[in-house]
Amino acid sequence: MSKILSLQEAIRNYVNDGDLVYAAGFTHLIPFAAGHEIIRQHKKNLILARATPDLIYDQLVAAGCAKKVIFSYMGNPGVGSLRMIRSAIEKGELEWEEYSHFGMITRLQAAASGLPFLPMNQTAATDLERNNPLIKRVQDPYSGREVITVPPLAPDVAIVHVQRCDKNGNAHLWGIIGEQKEVAFAAKKVILTTEEIVDEAIIRSDPNRTLIPGFIVQAICLVPHAAHPSYAQGYYDRDNEFYLSWDKISESPEAIKKYLDEWVFGVENREEYWQKLGAEKQALLQVNPRLSEAINYGDY
Amino acid sequence: MPELTYTSAELMIVNAARLLKDGDVVFVGVGQPNLACNLAKRTHAPNLTMIYEAGVIGAEPSRLPLSIGDPTLVSGALSVVSMYDIFTLYLQRGNVDVGFLGGAQIDRFGNINATIVGSDYAHPKVRLPGSGGAQEIAAWANRCYIMTPHQKRRFPEKVDFLTSAGYLSGKGERNLAGLRGAGPIGVVTDIGFMEPNQDGELILSALHPGKTVEQARENTGWDLIISKNLKITEPITDLELKILRVDLGQTAS
Repeated sequence: MSKILSLQEAIRNYVNDGDLVYAAGFTHLIPFAAGHEIIRQHKKNLILARATPDLIYDQLVAAGCAKKVIFSYMGNPGVGSLRMIRSAIEKGELEWEEYSHFGMITRLQAAASGLPFLPMNQTAATDLERNNPLIKRVQDPYSGREVITVPPLAPDVAIVHVQRCDKNGNAHLWGIIGEQKEVAFAAKKVILTTEEIVDEAIIRSDPNRTLIPGFIVQAICLVPHAAHPSYAQGYYDRDNEFYLSWDKISESPEAIKKYLDEWVFGVENREEYWQKLGAEKQALLQVNPRLSEAINYGDY
Repeated sequence: MPELTYTSAELMIVNAARLLKDGDVVFVGVGQPNLACNLAKRTHAPNLTMIYEAGVIGAEPSRLPLSIGDPTLVSGALSVVSMYDIFTLYLQRGNVDVGFLGGAQIDRFGNINATIVGSDYAHPKVRLPGSGGAQEIAAWANRCYIMTPHQKRRFPEKVDFLTSAGYLSGKGERNLAGLRGAGPIGVVTDIGFMEPNQDGELILSALHPGKTVEQARENTGWDLIISKNLKITEPITDLELKILRVDLGQTAS
């Protein structure tokens, strides 16, 4: 059975109300299209996890899809605060669970490796540990010293946007690869959105670049420009203007509603969204090629 | 020669750049630390290696990065790895010489708060972005520097929340926790430079030209000790300003 689905079908089939969802990415390849589809389908009570929630989680919280966030840096990258999440937390309307970046990705690494926990060296900054009961200490059985531990984080669904994959979901990613590989292995189900679906031979021409094997992937959705307003290395640039404008939009519930009505509910899918952005914006986001030197795997 | 005019930000960036040594591996943040590193690389430290917590090693950005995950950091970099690798192989393992830190509050012992304002974590008065990489950078980079404008509200006697460890309460707790890094060995402000004394307390060790001890004391939330060997920082040079404004495209705002 083909794993290639429309994004609508993939979200309908694989994201359930109440799920722990991890839409991956560290400022790069942020799955905005999938987030918008989750909003369009009015999913509820989600637990949204990611080291850097980015604007898409601000939008999901604004749209009422989330009951909790798990994060390690809650900011609008390069701009400032995530106003929706911040004010929801300050008003006591949103649960949250917090780590340092290292704590967060160590949780993913533990789940991805099938381990019950992973240790980290101490940092002596103990306030987070005091306020988050999942951060614990154990004695290192070898040196006798204490180390900090965190439990695995195994999302119900990971959503990962990639530059290209084949029809089975064997995926190439390059550029900033944050935690995409780890979250794919950590999750119970994986939805890929991709800029391109390519022939398996292209994937096989550069196997070191395959970070996610198809056999851990449940759904593959061909969604060009899915990462806008974030970027896809080599495909299009970040739309910084939008990151700046979200800082203004997110100041008022009315402006947010207007944004969601126009750009999420007002379009059927990402293709329509991309067309709506217009030729001028599309041209601004274009990026000139800078090719890597081809390498020789050898004909064995 | 006419006296140079410069902004507070430029003053801090230039003085931070001078703290870097040629050959240092630096964990860089966006904004001012990024400018300081790029300035150092173009002046006295051409062999500086810039590392970003997004996983980029040896970045040579051709435009000013808009965020810590900007694609310009990737193109032409030495290496790009996962976040887990950056925090383990590079930072925890001890391969990072310098970390730059900032925060909403920095206290008398160089402890940093980037998490909440207020005393109740569960009901924060102001919710700040949180640690990001700062908790581990402060612990494990060989040397840390803090860059922040000199304002009383930024320098309280004690932080509301301990996001990143400085010298804790000054009693050698860094050693007890086995931290490998030396901690915040310098704080660059727009008034001067603070360094920890033997107890880990930040004291004023230098003033920028034209700034006064009174300004520093007025803008610090504890009874600031003044070093017996109080120095004046070297004036900013024409060349440093030119690189900042022209080569790095910093507008003199």
